[in-house]
Amino acid sequence: MNQPLFFAWVGAALFGIGLYGLLVHGHLMRKIVALNVMGNGVFLVFIALARRDPLVTDPIPHAMVLTGLVISVSATAFALVLLKRLARQAQAQESSEHDS
Amino acid sequence: MFPDWLAWVLLSDLFPWLLITLGAVFFLAGTAGLVRFPDLFSRLHALTKADNLGLGLICLGLAWHNKSPSVALKLLLIWLLVLLASAVSCHLIARYALHSDSKVWKQRHD
Amino acid sequence: MIEWLFDGLLAIGLLWLGWRTVVSAELFKAIVMFIVLGLFMALCWARLAAPDVALAEAAIGAGLIGALLLDAYRALVAERWQADDRNAKPLVAASLAILSSVLIGGLAWALLFSPEPVVDLNAQARARLADSGVGNPVTAVLLNFRGYDTLLEVGVLFLAWLGLWTVGEQESNSAATGAWVEDSDLLTALVRLLAPLGVLIGVYLLWAGANEPGGAFQAGTVLAAVGVLLRLSGRLRPELSPDLWVRFGVTVGLLVFSAIAVGVIPVGGNLLEYPGDWAGLLIVVIETSLMVSIALILTLLFIGSAGLRRGGS
Repeated sequence: MNQPLFFAWVGAALFGIGLYGLLVHGHLMRKIVALNVMGNGVFLVFIALARRDPLVTDPIPHAMVLTGLVISVSATAFALVLLKRLARQAQAQESSEHDS
Repeated sequence: MFPDWLAWVLLSDLFPWLLITLGAVFFLAGTAGLVRFPDLFSRLHALTKADNLGLGLICLGLAWHNKSPSVALKLLLIWLLVLLASAVSCHLIARYALHSDSKVWKQRHD
Repeated sequence: MIEWLFDGLLAIGLLWLGWRTVVSAELFKAIVMFIVLGLFMALCWARLAAPDVALAEAAIGAGLIGALLLDAYRALVAERWQADDRNAKPLVAASLAILSSVLIGGLAWALLFSPEPVVDLNAQARARLADSGVGNPVTAVLLNFRGYDTLLEVGVLFLAWLGLWTVGEQESNSAATGAWVEDSDLLTALVRLLAPLGVLIGVYLLWAGANEPGGAFQAGTVLAAVGVLLRLSGRLRPELSPDLWVRFGVTVGLLVFSAIAVGVIPVGGNLLEYPGDWAGLLIVVIETSLMVSIALILTLLFIGSAGLRRGGS
């Protein structure tokens, strides 16, 4: 049992926890947050495995996780913009139904 | 004027760890306040005051440990920035709470 | 021993926070737990000798995503959105939990017996580091060895912005519109101090990225944090249609990167194969333009519209 394997296991567990959250919740924002937990788990596995050789850290997974972080934040932000739009439209529809 | 034992303590490798441990104790106190205090305002008070002092001690300990002026300056900058940010965010949270009539805890005199 | 203690506590913290994020009854609590999870992840990267990722995570995972989620939460509350928050029924939830646990077990098993890499990319990357034009191996991989990853990533950011243009809205119920925030003198003073300092730190990170932890991603995120601050204090406001400056800023990273990627073909022979002596300079040029685009697009994603304009005050 070494440190990289230990953290890779933690990453796998975070992935599983996030997946459970994604499937079990109906609320869309909860799903977005759970998806991000899953993403964190994946990143953790990557960075942990970059340390398999304890002397030289592998820069390639680091670069991929950096790319992934920026992608995941932009995807999350876009998902939240869509969610806000959805909420606004649902609200508008509801109030127009009240009026008629 | 300057006792030998004080010089020994200041120069020993243990001194920075002493500062860092003390800093961690202040963080612990601040967290205890956050959990245990009755209303938002006293919680903010515990969080901002104790944590800022704790962070200052930890930064001082790390700077002492590193013995490098550039690292010390960076740590000082970090501390000052956190002080500023926590003062302003504390102010904003308290102001919002005041505007939205958050409950203020009052000691009961029975 | 003490390191195992620290790692163990870190792991328990990560798993507990992940679990609380997923199962908290209130959405707000879940969001706060997720922000703290981001901070723990940053600690974790530091423990795993990944300072580049730790810098980006502290700015993105804890800072930017937190601001985005809280802002969206506030907007949903303001709309009084009746979300479809019917959760899975207990029996379904239990079986999902069991299936997720089985998946975790399977992944742990696979990790335990993961095969040795066939090609040692790590050694290859380090052996050619001197030819890359930069001293930080992570920057070398991002901008040189695997430049196409980064090129496509900027493409994804650009797509996110196009999507924003399609669905973005002028007026918004986001947290930023509260008047009680905007007329705070203390916040004004803080923004006056932090905005230039943030720009300075961003440019420093970009410059340091050639040889030390840092680079266009970290710098862009710090600048985006400045943008978030300017939005929260009312100095930036959404605008449905982006003006020329915004269009230029959003596309400059993609344009410069693509132009250089194609432009070196006659010299190097392949896409993205920089000529040796020019590699360092080209990487700085690409990184600077990337920083501008990343910062601007992330700020716009927070603002929630494709364009922006200067606000009053």
